[in-house]
Amino acid sequence: MTHAPPISDLTPPPAPLAPVDAIVIGVSAGGVEAILAILALLPASFVLPIVAVVHLPRDRPSLLVEVLGARARIDVREAEDKELLLPGLTIAPPDYHLLLDVDRGRRHLAGAPDVRLALSNDALVSYCRPAIDVLFQSAAEVLGPRVAGVVLTGANADGALGLRAIKAAGGLCAVQSPDEAPARTMPEAAIASAQPQFVAPLNDIIQWILALDAHRAVNTESTVFYDR
Amino acid sequence: MSAQTINESDGQSGESAFDIELTLLLEAIFQRYHCDFRGYAKSSLRRRLRQAMERFGDTSLSELQGRVLHDAQALPILLDYLTVQVSEMFRDPTHFLALRRDVLPLLATYPSLKIWIAGCSTGEELYSLAITLAEAGLLDRTIIYATDVNEEALRKAEAGVYALDRVAGFSANYAKAGGTGSLSDWFTAAYDGVVFDRRLRRNVVFSDHSLATDGDFAATHLVMCRNVLIYFDRELQDRAIALFEQSLVPRGFLALGSKENLRVSSRAAAFETFDGRERIYRKLP
Repeated sequence: MTHAPPISDLTPPPAPLAPVDAIVIGVSAGGVEAILAILALLPASFVLPIVAVVHLPRDRPSLLVEVLGARARIDVREAEDKELLLPGLTIAPPDYHLLLDVDRGRRHLAGAPDVRLALSNDALVSYCRPAIDVLFQSAAEVLGPRVAGVVLTGANADGALGLRAIKAAGGLCAVQSPDEAPARTMPEAAIASAQPQFVAPLNDIIQWILALDAHRAVNTESTVFYDR
Repeated sequence: MSAQTINESDGQSGESAFDIELTLLLEAIFQRYHCDFRGYAKSSLRRRLRQAMERFGDTSLSELQGRVLHDAQALPILLDYLTVQVSEMFRDPTHFLALRRDVLPLLATYPSLKIWIAGCSTGEELYSLAITLAEAGLLDRTIIYATDVNEEALRKAEAGVYALDRVAGFSANYAKAGGTGSLSDWFTAAYDGVVFDRRLRRNVVFSDHSLATDGDFAATHLVMCRNVLIYFDRELQDRAIALFEQSLVPRGFLALGSKENLRVSSRAAAFETFDGRERIYRKLP
């Protein structure tokens, strides 16, 4: 496994930084801290939609939106069925899988189809609901190469198959360095399964996420336009 | 699922081969068997059909389509992949608590009640509601229509038998939902399962019914349809909600799943929010 160099001090961003329409993130144990660290560095002007699965207990309402929202400059919301994928951080609700879907019947500004959120009550995947694999596989199906998948710390193998699907569809993949992650199982499984383009400490992944948004901003070929 | 089966759609040109095959398969099932899944949300269908392909050993949806067109035995197996929802009793206990505390006292003012459980699957919600009604003293004057598109699931609902290892979870939910006794008051152990009291289904009409193609049930006071609409696209959601609206008496209640709402529905104006957190709506007079 080759570790790509940190790109925090490089401009313009190096390949593999193709334009994407969304970022999907998966974390389990210790993940809330990692998400907080990401949010702390995202400016209010950050436009790329971020969708996250955080493994949490299934049997109680989550306070995650309140906890994260208080520390974020971008919008933080829990996913609702059939809502449009919008800028900000969208989090899977406890005990539902979260998927992306596309409304091909309805055309957006640039003639691109609307991307929407979809929830499912289907069986647990890797003992998880929501499962990272489910979100990532749907993102690969709907967005093809125009999505970036990020797997952070975690204590099981959820996300490995999903990240491989994103890679196979031509998308971008980043995984937190197992040595740095509080729980290394999930990053290790994702690296082995997907052979991501980028394996790095969290801080470098955050810089990479910022670069993705900057790249989107200068790329007029983007298939989805967002009004803020 | 192998990564190779994920399509290589570029997200901006035409549909992927898989999505085209998916549309054709649903059309074939509709024309051959009059089961209409054409309005189901594609996101979940993709996953479920990949699992069905794996089960049958098919390498494409076209292959699965050929199989299901020529082998009627394959249909019920496929239907399980397309329709069966795994639920549990008193899922989202606070929802049942809200029904018990806030909705049933209002329904108690009617001399007799009709309730429609749309998409009852294998009956977990049905028994949860029936027990709640019984403990409120309303079950004897209530008729419940329990409907689903999957006849096998309906048979299981009618049998009311559940695996023993699920009961601890059911009981914990029952307590959180404000149950006034013990859940074990309502079942007897049998082999490695429990069977629910037949009194709970004495006034239940089990019926094969599709929200995609069938009509409504007249003059209901409560429609319960939880975690069913998330599997529909917006057009079919609209159709289903319009059916509920026609079915309900004025001031009748609509109970949805904890992440479902009327916001994206064109019928939203026909309802007011009764309990926003628990997704309980009330038809306007």
